[in-house]
Formats: sequence, C-alpha cells, structure tokens
Amino acid sequence: MAKSIVATGHFTGCFGCHMSLLDIDERILELVELVEFDKSPINDKKEFDRPVDIGIIEGGVSNEENVEVLRAFRANCRILVAIGACALTGGVPAMRNTVPLRECLEEAFVTGPTVVDGMIPNDPELPILLERVHPCRDLVKIDYEIPGCPPSADALWEALSALLEGREPVLSYEQLKYD
Amino acid sequence: MSDRNERITLTIDGVEISGESGMTLIEAADAAGIYIPRLCHHPDLPPTGHCRVCTVTVNGGNGAACTRPVADGMVVENDTERLNTLRRNLIEMTFVEGNHYCPECEVSGDCELQAVAYRLGMTAPHYPALNPEREIDGSHPDVFIDRNRCILCGRCVRASALIDGKSIFGYKYRGIHKAVAVVVTDRLGETEIEATDKAVSVCPTQCLRVKRRGFRTPLGSRRFDREPIGIPERE
Repeated sequence: MAKSIVATGHFTGCFGCHMSLLDIDERILELVELVEFDKSPINDKKEFDRPVDIGIIEGGVSNEENVEVLRAFRANCRILVAIGACALTGGVPAMRNTVPLRECLEEAFVTGPTVVDGMIPNDPELPILLERVHPCRDLVKIDYEIPGCPPSADALWEALSALLEGREPVLSYEQLKYD
Repeated sequence: MSDRNERITLTIDGVEISGESGMTLIEAADAAGIYIPRLCHHPDLPPTGHCRVCTVTVNGGNGAACTRPVADGMVVENDTERLNTLRRNLIEMTFVEGNHYCPECEVSGDCELQAVAYRLGMTAPHYPALNPEREIDGSHPDVFIDRNRCILCGRCVRASALIDGKSIFGYKYRGIHKAVAVVVTDRLGETEIEATDKAVSVCPTQCLRVKRRGFRTPLGSRRFDREPIGIPERE
C-alpha cells in the first residue's frame, strides 16, 4: 500500500499540538509505516511541491503570513484537519481581540512599564499583524476539528488513524476536551 | 407548581414515564432518569426558560422543557439529532457571545456551559466570535464577578431574591449589551453578599465565584473532566 502523504503546519500558537503528536510515543513507529511526512516544521520542508493527502494545522491566524500559508495548505491538502484551541477558536492569542491592535502594540513596545526608548517594530521582514486573531475556519474550509489545548495524544492518534483507515474519527468523552 | 396529585403518563422518545400534574417536563424527565440538556434551569429555583437549551418537541411543536407543564398523553421528542443540533447551535452562540476561552479559564472542567458542550459533542463554536468587553468586579473581599463568562442565565438573580432574600442582582442595558447588574450600588463590595450565598453557588459558569479557590482542585480532576454532566445515557 502506498504511504499517505501528511503535511503539518503551525500558525499562531505554542507548538504544543505538535508536541502532543510526539506524545503518541511508540505508536510513532506504526505511523512512519503508514505515512510519509511532507512540508512540516518537524522536517523543516518549506514549500508544497506535490499533492498532500492529509494536512494537520495548529494555531490561529494572526498575521499575513499565517493567511498565506493557511491558504497554501487548503490548496494542496485533500483533507485539512485543524487541531487545538488556537486553530479552532483563536485560543490564548485571541485574548488580544478585546483590545484594539494599536493599543496592544503600544502597551508592549512603547508605553509598557519596562520599555526604554521603545518603538513598534516595523522591519519589512515582519509579517503585518491582523486586527484580530482568527480561527482557521474564518479563512478556509476545515474538514475535521480536534479540540484541546493541546488535544491529547490519544485524540490525535484516533483522528489520524481513522483518516488513514478511511473512517470518520470518533472522539471519546475523555478525548473531546477544550482545555 | 400546585396540585401535585393527579398521576399522568407521557412518553419521551417512545419511553413511557409517569408524572404528576403540576410538574414541569424537565422535573418529570429528571424523576424518570432521562436527561434533557439545560443551562439556565436549576432544580432549586423557579424556571424561566431563558437559554432554550432544554427545547424539546411536544406533540409536534417546540417548547422549553423547564417551563412546560406535563399533561396526560404528551408525546415528547428529546434526544434526537435534530434537537441536539439546535441545542449545539445555541451553545455555540453562547460561547461566541461572551469570552469563553477554556484553555486560559480557571474554572475549566467545572463549568456547566463547557460540560453541556462536551455532552452534545461540540468541537468548537462555528460562529464569528464577538469578543465583547465585559466588566469585572473584584471589590468584595470574598466574592468576585467575571462577566466574561456570564451567559445571562439569571440563576444569581433568582437565587439572590428568592433564597438569599437580598435581591442583589438584576439586569442592565438592553439587547446584545445586556448584563447582570449589581443593583443600586453597582459594586459587589458595597452589598451584603456572602461567599455562602446561594446566588454564588448556583452560577453555571462560575463568573460569580468565591475568591482564593482558583486551583484548589487541579485541572483534570474536576467535576466534568471524566464524567459527563447530567443523568448518564441509557444503555
């Protein structure tokens, strides 16, 4: 059987969901028999250059680079799975949504009590921040959602193994958590 | 409710149960061991039908089970895909209307909104988040209000008036801006509220909460971390 091609992506989040994926422990040996990793922060492959079966994405959308990469994931992945609170709700980074962006930046870089000679970073290399942090579904269609902060290794394993076997993932009560 | 004497029978999802006239549907279902999801209802308080999560179909029409009196021969649908989808949508709207971010919430695992969402299988809210600015009030030495979690169930309003006899809470503003008010003084610190008040213990999302209790029970060991809310599903 040909291996399924899996890509993983990381937007605005803490990488905890990728860490949780590694928490599947020895099952990772089973996984490498079934999948081939394509673009992923794990192998540092930067660009898509072939169709991908399953894209797994972590993190919310807070800047223009996130928007571009998320759209590339949707365009190149047959099935797109959003994992974790940030990808599904904006998560912890979305706490800034109740404060206007300029106020956030000024507090962090100009008026904050520990700032000396501050300025809001404006290097052209830096992606422009969006006014609000968005869940991934605000921009592209998401096929499956695995909540959690992070989702447990068992929840991720269930989702992955189900999709690889061509069935619908079913999360148990212990596996469906938002925290 | 009065006149609890006449025995009546009704069916919920085809299961025949008995009740007494004067009972509400949710009371009859609870007594029969059938779970109807709910948020604003509390067994110690009169029902108000605010949240509509307990919506059931009675003889073909929708109604709130917490306010609907039982009647002989009623045919009730409860645990159906259609109703559970409606309820899940109500829960999702409740999530996006406030600031319900479970990962950073100190009451995660001990929150009825989250627990009902778990039980109904919500993966995430699918409506645009409003991220409203909500008032918090830490002026009282023992009790605080974090309205980011408030779902306007009105339990505190009812409990404070009817059980504590203090009428500390009411509502202010209208429409989407509606909020629980501390009446007259506007500040919790200037009221007679106590940590032992019923109004504090009935809050489903603990936006009304006793201070210095934050993580006494660690995450993962709380009420709804392992066991679903409400009566267990029938085999």
